[in-house]
Amino acid sequence: MPRVIVDVVLKPEILDPQGQAILGALGRLGVAGVSSVRQGKHFELDVEDSVGEDALQHIADTLLANPVIENFTIRRA
Amino acid sequence: MAVRVGIVTFPGSLDDRDAQRAARLAGAEAVPLWHGDPDLRGVDAVILPGGFSYGDYLRCGAIARFAPVMDAIIAGARDGLPVLGICNGFQILCESHLLPGALVRNDHRKFVCKDQRLRIENASTAWTSGYATGQEIVIPLKNGEGGYVASDATLDELEAEGRIIARYLDGNPNGSYRDIAGVSNAAGNVVGLMPHPEHAVESLTGPSTDGLGFFSSVIASVLSSTLATAR
Repeated sequence: MPRVIVDVVLKPEILDPQGQAILGALGRLGVAGVSSVRQGKHFELDVEDSVGEDALQHIADTLLANPVIENFTIRRA
Repeated sequence: MAVRVGIVTFPGSLDDRDAQRAARLAGAEAVPLWHGDPDLRGVDAVILPGGFSYGDYLRCGAIARFAPVMDAIIAGARDGLPVLGICNGFQILCESHLLPGALVRNDHRKFVCKDQRLRIENASTAWTSGYATGQEIVIPLKNGEGGYVASDATLDELEAEGRIIARYLDGNPNGSYRDIAGVSNAAGNVVGLMPHPEHAVESLTGPSTDGLGFFSSVIASVLSSTLATAR
């Protein structure tokens, strides 16, 4: 069964406090040179062949992501 | 007959009992509604209470939006049914697209729990008519993801149409754009509010009784529309 990957990230203009907290922790890890972290979500869907591009778009746009604050990408693994 | 206000319980709702009590103290009959039951039991208005529906999985309110009861509420809201979303309820209304914008994690990353001063900016909605425009009230605020965000175009539209119904005073507690604490839809029957009026209805347990106005407002709104229909 084909696997579909949907990645969701906050839009660039939306503040990401979790990413900022991770950035702060990176400093304490002792790693230098990272200037920004943005946290997102990664979904792996096993779908039947009958699930087309329109359905995947609908899934991502309606449930997996909130298009008011998030962007998403869909790709087949 | 008393105005019937339905209060929905989702898995993870916390403030449903307080909202029922607030509705009763204001003079309404509180009708419990269940997330899995699409029947609204003939209520005149609906409250989506605070809490952590579905454990805040995916995004706050994202799963609750697809609960069976929401189909009837979304359809009713479009036909003028008064709906108030408090805290998690506000998040559900945004996820349902009954209200514009979204609520994101507080900019300072900490949960906030305090008595919050607000200014009522629009006293003509179904849920705020008992206040005066410009009136200042104090009610509890408690949230981790209460930052109201929307595009500049949406924010400008909300400002122009008077749909920002309450703003935070004494500093911004959660990073909400333009200090927004609550908004309404264009018709004024759907209102979302991040602070908790249902926790400020008795002097024994709340910082004030300032929250009662939301519940008495909707009773007045339902009664006046009933009278208008009867004429």
